[in-house]
Amino acid sequence: MFDFALNNAWLIPLLPALAFGIITLFTKKMIKLSASISIGAILISFVLSVILGIELIGQGDTFLEHPYKAVVTWFSMPGLSIEVGTLIDNISVMMLLVVTFITSLVQIYSLGYMRGDPGLARFFAYVSLFAASMLGLVIAPNLLIMFVFWELVGLCSYLLIGFWYGKISASAAAKKAFITCRAGDFGLLLGIILLQINFGTLDLQQLSVMIPNFTQYTGLTAVGLTVIAIILFLGPMAKSGQFPFHVWLPDAMEGPTPVSALIHAATMVVAGVYLVGRILTLFITLPSALLFVAIIGAFTALFAATIAITQTEMKKILAYSTISQLGYMMLALGAASLTASMFHLMTHAFFKALLFLGAGCVLHAMHNEASIWKYGGLRKYMPVTYWTFLIGCLAIAGIFPFAGFFSKDLIMEVTFAASSLSGHAHGPFPVAYTVLFLMAALTAFLTAFYMFRMFFICFHGELRSKEVQPHEAPKVMTVPLIILGIFSIISGWVGWPGLGEGQAFGYFVRLGEFQVMEANWLLIILSTLLALFGIGLAALFYWKKSFSPQAVIERVPFLYKLSYNKYYIDEFYLWIIHNIIDKCGWLLWKFDIYVIDGIVNGFGKMAQWGGAVMRKVQTGQLQHYALIFFMGIVLMLLLLSFTGVHSPAIGLMGGAK
Amino acid sequence: MIDIFMDKFLTIGLEHFLILSGTLFFIGLFAVLAKKNVIAVLMGIEIMFTSVNINLIAFNRYTAAEALLTGHVFAIFVIALAAAEVAVGLALIISIYRQRTSTDVQDFDWLKW
Amino acid sequence: MTMAVMFYIIAFVTLGSALMMVISKNIFHSALLMLISFIGVAAVYILLHADFLAAVQVLVYAGAITVFIVFGIMFTMKGEPRKTNPFSQNAIPAAVLILLFIVINAVTVIKTVWPFSNIAPPETTAKAIGDLMLTKYVVGFEVTAVLLLTAMVGAIVIVKGVKKSS
Repeated sequence: MFDFALNNAWLIPLLPALAFGIITLFTKKMIKLSASISIGAILISFVLSVILGIELIGQGDTFLEHPYKAVVTWFSMPGLSIEVGTLIDNISVMMLLVVTFITSLVQIYSLGYMRGDPGLARFFAYVSLFAASMLGLVIAPNLLIMFVFWELVGLCSYLLIGFWYGKISASAAAKKAFITCRAGDFGLLLGIILLQINFGTLDLQQLSVMIPNFTQYTGLTAVGLTVIAIILFLGPMAKSGQFPFHVWLPDAMEGPTPVSALIHAATMVVAGVYLVGRILTLFITLPSALLFVAIIGAFTALFAATIAITQTEMKKILAYSTISQLGYMMLALGAASLTASMFHLMTHAFFKALLFLGAGCVLHAMHNEASIWKYGGLRKYMPVTYWTFLIGCLAIAGIFPFAGFFSKDLIMEVTFAASSLSGHAHGPFPVAYTVLFLMAALTAFLTAFYMFRMFFICFHGELRSKEVQPHEAPKVMTVPLIILGIFSIISGWVGWPGLGEGQAFGYFVRLGEFQVMEANWLLIILSTLLALFGIGLAALFYWKKSFSPQAVIERVPFLYKLSYNKYYIDEFYLWIIHNIIDKCGWLLWKFDIYVIDGIVNGFGKMAQWGGAVMRKVQTGQLQHYALIFFMGIVLMLLLLSFTGVHSPAIGLMGGAK
Repeated sequence: MIDIFMDKFLTIGLEHFLILSGTLFFIGLFAVLAKKNVIAVLMGIEIMFTSVNINLIAFNRYTAAEALLTGHVFAIFVIALAAAEVAVGLALIISIYRQRTSTDVQDFDWLKW
Repeated sequence: MTMAVMFYIIAFVTLGSALMMVISKNIFHSALLMLISFIGVAAVYILLHADFLAAVQVLVYAGAITVFIVFGIMFTMKGEPRKTNPFSQNAIPAAVLILLFIVINAVTVIKTVWPFSNIAPPETTAKAIGDLMLTKYVVGFEVTAVLLLTAMVGAIVIVKGVKKSS
C-alpha cells in the first residue's frame, strides 16, 4: 500500500489534472457529475497523501535524510539536464497533506456555496487544475519543473479570481494578480537561470549539497550569490504577497470565497513560502540574503496588520491578515528555521481556510453584503459559524491551546534566538533580528486586535442591516467548518514544546540537526499577554463599547486615513504607472513609430521610390529595351577589356581563342 | 612605324573584312535602335544579316583549316533565314498596320501594360 | 595594290550607302540605298572569292528582299514621302553607343592574333557548295526548305487573318 503510494506519487497531482481535463472536455454540461469527478479525484489524492504521511511518520526522519526520488529525464544536453518526476520527503508530504485536505474541504464546501451558479462545472475544473498545479509544485524534483507548476498556479489564480468575469472589478483583479505575480516571476526565472549557469544543475538535492560549498563549484563570490538569491526571492515575494508585491492579494477577494480560501490557505500564496523553504540552504549560506528575507517578512507582517485594523470588509481584513501571516512565515525562514515556517504554514492553512469559509457562510447569509458595519449579532442566527469562527480567530490571535499559538510562538522563539536579546545569537546581524522580533511581537498584538474587532462587529451586538434575514449555512458548508475547526485546535499540538524525536513536528520537518524546543516561558507569557491585550482592547472598543473608536480616529486622523487607504500603495503604483511607465511607454511608442517604423517604412518608401524611378525604364518600347540591352553589352565589353588579360572581349563576342 | 601601318593598311586581310562587316553590322543596329519607321527597322535588320555573312565568308577564306566551303554553306542558310524573316516580318508589320494604321515603332508599346 | 583600291572603294560604297540609308528622311530613298549597300556586299563577296554567294546575294537580297521591302513601304506609306523615315528620340544615345561599338570592334579585331591558314582560294565555289549542301548539310538544307515553307504559310496567315466563322 505504501509502496504503491510512494511509487505512484505522481498520481497525486495527476488525478486532479485528469479531473480538469475530463470536466473541460466531456462533462461541462453535467454539473453534478463534474463536481463528483473533481471531488473524487482530490479525495483519492488525499487518501494517497494520507498513506504516504502515515508511513513517513512511522519511519521517522528516514525520508528527511534520504528523500525518495523517482524521475525520468525530460531532456538533456551538455550542462543541462532536466528531469521530471517526484521528490518525496517529509516536507513535501506535509504539504501534500495540507493541500489535498484543504482543497477537498473547500471543494465540498463549494457544493453549497456555489449552488446554482451556472459556471459550477468550470469552477470545479479550475479548482482541480489549481490543486493539480500546487501538488505538482510540491513534489517537483527540480527548480525548473517547480517553475512550470508555479506559473500554472499563477494561471489558475487568474482564472479563479476572474471566475465571475462579467464583473469588471473581478477581471481587473485577476489581471492585477497575474501581472503582479509575473513581475516577480521574472526575478524567479532569472534567479533559476543564474543558478543553472553557475551550478550546472537545478536539482534540489544537488543544489542543497553544492550551495553551502559554492566556492568549490562556482566562481561566485558571496556577494554575487547573495544577489542571485535576492533576485530569486522576488518570485516568492510576489507569489506570497510580500511587501512591495502585496497589492494583488486583497483585490483577489473578487473571486468566489472558496477560491479565496484555497488561494490563502492551501495553494498559491504558500507556494512562495514553500519554494523559499525548498531552497532555504541557499539563504542560510548567505546571512545577508537571509536577513533580507527576514526583513521583508517582518515588515510585511507589521505593515499588513496595520492596514487590517481599519478595513471594513471581512474578506479584505482576512486578506491582510494572510499577508501578515505570510510575513511571519517569511520571518521564520529569515530566521533560518524551516520548522517554524512550515509549522505556521500548516496551522495557518487550517485556521485561515476556516476563517475564509466562515466568512463565506456570513456572506452567504448576508446576501453578499460586504461591509462589516452592516453585520452584527450574527451569533444567534448562525451558531455553528459563530463558534468555528471564534476558534479561527483565537487560533490566529495565538491563544493557548489553539494551533496558531504554537506556531506563532515557535516563530517568535526562533527570531528571538537569532536576536541579541537571547544572548547567544550566532548570526552576524543580531541587532537587526532584535528589531524584527519586536516588530513580530507588535504584529501579534495587532493581529489579535483586528481579528477580534471584526469578530465582535460581525457576531455581537445587534444586526445593523434591516434588509436581510441571516440564516445558518447548509450542512455541506458547516461540516467542513467543523472539521477545520477541530484541526485549528489540534494541529498545533504537534509543536508542543518538549516533544522529542519521533513526536515533534520539528523532528519531521526540519533542516539540519533536530533540537528539542524548550519552552521559553518568557516568550509564551509575552505573546499570550499581547494577544489577550489585543482581544481585550477590541472587546472594549467594539463589544462593550467602553471607548469609541471614533474618538481615537479623531485623535490621529492622519494615521487612520493612511491605514484605511492602505498607505496609498495602490495609488502610488497607479501614479507610477500613469506618470512613469506610461510616459516611458509613450516615449517608446514614439520611438517605435518614428524610428523603427521610420526605418521599416523607409525601406518601403525606397522600394516605392525605386519603383517609381525604374517604372520609367519600362516604356514598352522595343527600341528602348534594345538600347539598354546593347548598353549593357558595351559595359560588359569595356569591363572585360580593361580587366581581362586574354582579351576576353573576344571570348564574349564569339568564343575564338 | 608609318611603313608598318601603311603596309597593314594596303595589304587587305582578314582584319579589314572583319572591321568592315562589324561596322556594317553596327550601322544596321543603329537603324534598328534609332529609326521610327518600322520598315526602316526591318531594313536595319537585313543589313545586320548581310554583315554577318561577310564575317562567315571572310573567316572561311582566311582561317579555315581545310578547303571546305562550310562558311559559304552557312551563309546560304543565313540568307534563306533572312528571306523567311523578312517575309514574316513584313507580314507582321502589315498586320499591325491594319490594326493601328501606324508604322511608328513608338506606337507599338503593348509590352507596357 | 589593286586589291586594296578595290576594297576601299567597295567598303566606302557599302558603308556609305548603309549610313545614308539610316540617315535618309525618305523611306523610299532608304530602300534604294539599302539596295546599293547589298550590291556592295556582293562585291565584297567577290573580293573574298565567293562568286556563287555574290550571285545569291544579288538575287536574294538585292532582288527579293528589296522588292519585299518596297512592297511593304507601298502598303504602309502615307503622307509626305520626305518625312516618312524620321529618327526617334533614341538617336543620340544610339549613335554614341554605335560609335563605341565600332571602336571596340576595331580595336579588338586589330589586337587579336588570328590563326591564318595558307590554303589557296578556290577557283569556283558553286559545285563545292552544292556538294556540301546535298551531302554533309543535307539535313540543314531540308530543314531550311521546311522553314521557308513555314515562313510563307505564316506570312500568309498573319496578313490574311483567320476567319472567325469557319
